[in-house]
Amino acid sequence: MDADTLKQKLAALPSAAVQELDHARRGFSLDVSLPPAQLVAAVTILDEAGYFIETITGVDWLGENAARIKEAQAAAAAKKAAAAKKAAEARKAAEEAGEPLPEEAAPEVEEEAPAPEPAVDDLEAIYDFNRYDRCHRVTLRTRAPRDKPSVPSIVHIYQAAHWHERETHDFFGIKFEGHGYLVPLLLPEDADYHPLRKDYSA
Amino acid sequence: MTIDSELLRLLLYVVGFIAFIATNAAYLVWLERKEAGHIQCRIGPKEVGPFGLLQPVADGLKLMTKQLIIPKGADSFLFRLGPVLVMTPAVMCFVTIPYSDTIVARNLDVGLLAIFAFASVNVLGLLLGAWGSRNKYAVISAARVVSQNVAYEIPMLIVIVTMVMVTGTMNLHEVVTSQNGGFWHWNIFRFSASPLMPVAFLIYFVCMLAETNRAPFDMAEAESELVAGAFTEYPGMGFGVFFMGEYANIVVGTSMATILFLGGWNCPFGLWPGLHWFLIKMYALIFTVIWIRWTFPRTTFYSLLNLSWKVLIPVAFANLILTSALLKVL
Amino acid sequence: MTAIAQSASSETFVLNLGPQHPATHGVLRVKLVMDGEYIVEAEPVLGYIHRMHEKMGENRTWAQFLPNTGRMDYLHALAYNHNYVCLVERAASIEVPERAEYIRVITNELNRISSHLLWFGAFVLDLGGFSPLLYAFDDREQILDLLESVTGSRLTYCYFRFGGVYNDVDQDFLDGCKAFVARLRERMPMYHNLVTKNIILMKRLQDIGFIDAEMCRKYGATGPVARGAGIDFDVRRHEPYSVYPRFDFDIPVYPGCDSMARYMVRMDEMEQSMRIIEQAVGAIPEGPVMAAKAPKIIKPPKGDYYHAVETARGSFGIRAVSDGTNTPYRMKLRTPSFSNLVTFGEAAKGMLLPDALALMGSLDLVIPEIDR
Repeated sequence: MDADTLKQKLAALPSAAVQELDHARRGFSLDVSLPPAQLVAAVTILDEAGYFIETITGVDWLGENAARIKEAQAAAAAKKAAAAKKAAEARKAAEEAGEPLPEEAAPEVEEEAPAPEPAVDDLEAIYDFNRYDRCHRVTLRTRAPRDKPSVPSIVHIYQAAHWHERETHDFFGIKFEGHGYLVPLLLPEDADYHPLRKDYSA
Repeated sequence: MTIDSELLRLLLYVVGFIAFIATNAAYLVWLERKEAGHIQCRIGPKEVGPFGLLQPVADGLKLMTKQLIIPKGADSFLFRLGPVLVMTPAVMCFVTIPYSDTIVARNLDVGLLAIFAFASVNVLGLLLGAWGSRNKYAVISAARVVSQNVAYEIPMLIVIVTMVMVTGTMNLHEVVTSQNGGFWHWNIFRFSASPLMPVAFLIYFVCMLAETNRAPFDMAEAESELVAGAFTEYPGMGFGVFFMGEYANIVVGTSMATILFLGGWNCPFGLWPGLHWFLIKMYALIFTVIWIRWTFPRTTFYSLLNLSWKVLIPVAFANLILTSALLKVL
Repeated sequence: MTAIAQSASSETFVLNLGPQHPATHGVLRVKLVMDGEYIVEAEPVLGYIHRMHEKMGENRTWAQFLPNTGRMDYLHALAYNHNYVCLVERAASIEVPERAEYIRVITNELNRISSHLLWFGAFVLDLGGFSPLLYAFDDREQILDLLESVTGSRLTYCYFRFGGVYNDVDQDFLDGCKAFVARLRERMPMYHNLVTKNIILMKRLQDIGFIDAEMCRKYGATGPVARGAGIDFDVRRHEPYSVYPRFDFDIPVYPGCDSMARYMVRMDEMEQSMRIIEQAVGAIPEGPVMAAKAPKIIKPPKGDYYHAVETARGSFGIRAVSDGTNTPYRMKLRTPSFSNLVTFGEAAKGMLLPDALALMGSLDLVIPEIDR
């Protein structure tokens, strides 16, 4: 299966977002975002295409939603400031030209909305696949909310996932449904913490 | 009250043997370390005494000052019995070995039989010691020791039977006197008895390595697999006695090779026979044994059994049949 | 795979191999369910020297993480250095001068040979042959002296910098490389005659420890393990980095899938590394060894970056997530031995204990790199 067919097949999965990247710039060629429900289907496609599994890992996006809201607010504030500035400039210009002042437009009613409560942030599971015959690194990403991080396991397709998923579970607490043996791999046997979560501190 | 002079002589010999075994083992360790050093581009021990010659004394002191710990749950009787059972038969073997025309503790008519009877007790010592120490590695090692010895006694004994047929006696003194003269009289070159004599010597030598658990057949100790095998739980002199027993067995094995194949105390050129020739031949063989250890990797258990059952035993049998046929015809 | 204790019956017993065992070369523990000397099930237990390098990566700056990289695979530390600097150079778009690239290749390949030499000695030691270890160490010592003369350290190097290398090499070093290559060339036939052609060694390695191409793919095995299964995969050729494409070298591939194939791959790789060193020493250009415009503070643009290199054990990849600040947001270290070791559980099933240890030796494990 060549790269294009693979891309089409992956893009055909429901709500999958496929992005082609410059390998020289980023180090991987295909970036696929999927909902957890589509993960097994995508991995099966890769397995059939003869890809080998490189690794599985996670990223904790704690504070992402808050940052997004803050960003949006900042953007809105900037827009408002720019509009006010523009209006002031227009008024000044009109004054200088001796033109009659335009009707004070009723100020746009922009109620300071109370900051919305940010939604629960996500944990992202990242899967890297590559080929032995030519370099074509494919990255699958799937997200699950931090309070219920659950992603289907792919152990039945790639046996290596047995350890990679255990490691990811150790570090992030992502539950891989169907794994069956999610005991700590690198952490102590009784570890109940997830050190790579952003809110973890020793 | 008169003291039986024969008994006194025997007692003195045994005391002498025990002293010899202890110092010999100590200096074989030194030889082994020196030889290993030179094989590996090092110089070996050199700090304690000139040429490191006092190293064995230091080692011995260290071993003796160590506490003899008996692991929890071990069978302390068997655990203590193990080293004794390895050491005692080795000492017994020394009794019948003729070192020269005159130096022999007890010249038995069934000397050959006695030696191999004693030598096979040594396995029991390892087995009991390993079993008694309640360690999984030791138990695996015990199982290996037993099947290894069963496999290797067969070709060895077939070779011995052949030698008994050739020399017509089991008295070791007579075995040597039948080879009196230059090296062409020695059993290893007695082609009139069987053209396969050098092969028989090789079979004997390989079996001897396996019997004494020396590399490349040191499956019982196998430090990279079984940590220390049967000796895993033995501290201090418990281990030290095993060690001495191992070296004593090597001495017995190489002595037997010297007597059976290499003409005992005879000089290769028929000149000045005596103890010195016996020792030269024996230590040359021991040197070879050590040399082999530091050259080869370890075999595995099944290839060892394969070698025994598929190669050594058939060849030894062929030699036996050939020899008996030749003896009958000639 | 399930919990190991469940499959132990009255016919079998559980043997804890390690964490202190002579054959595990470090602190790896393997729980074995044994039936006599046959292995019914094997489960490696990791984490005895887990240091959480990935978290360390998140709470220090891009530059501060550099010394950590040499402390994962202590036998081929320069490849880890190299991967990290390449990743940051890729992310922050830093150009590296030619001479620095050549120095990186030369030192890297020297380090690869030293890693393989140590593996060679330790592997034969696992098989019960003690002497080759000291010969291998004798050769390795020459490399360590050479590398010490330019990097200042002998094991956990931290020599490469973003945009170049820490200091320039002199003519003595280049001559030393040539002398070393000549010396090892002379000694390789000795190794082959004394060790490779030894009948005991051959019997212990041939047709034992079967890992085939499909298994490699499912387990993500790379490096000599994959090349010993007939897969022509080497990151230096496959996903070229640095100036490797300029050199003429072969990728040794053996289709045997057994321990012998993996052994031969590594032995041949040493010769290929010598070829690369010779060519690089011959063609090294004059010039600076640090980029003139290397930024003092690294702030890569937002996004994910991946970079992989071929270490002595396989493909080592770093995935870094940058949030545009001077510290990485996430640093994933994909280490080759980790993936190679996963195969052990399946490959060791039904094997005899000594063969399984030979298999483990042929995987060339470095435990700090697995545990990170």
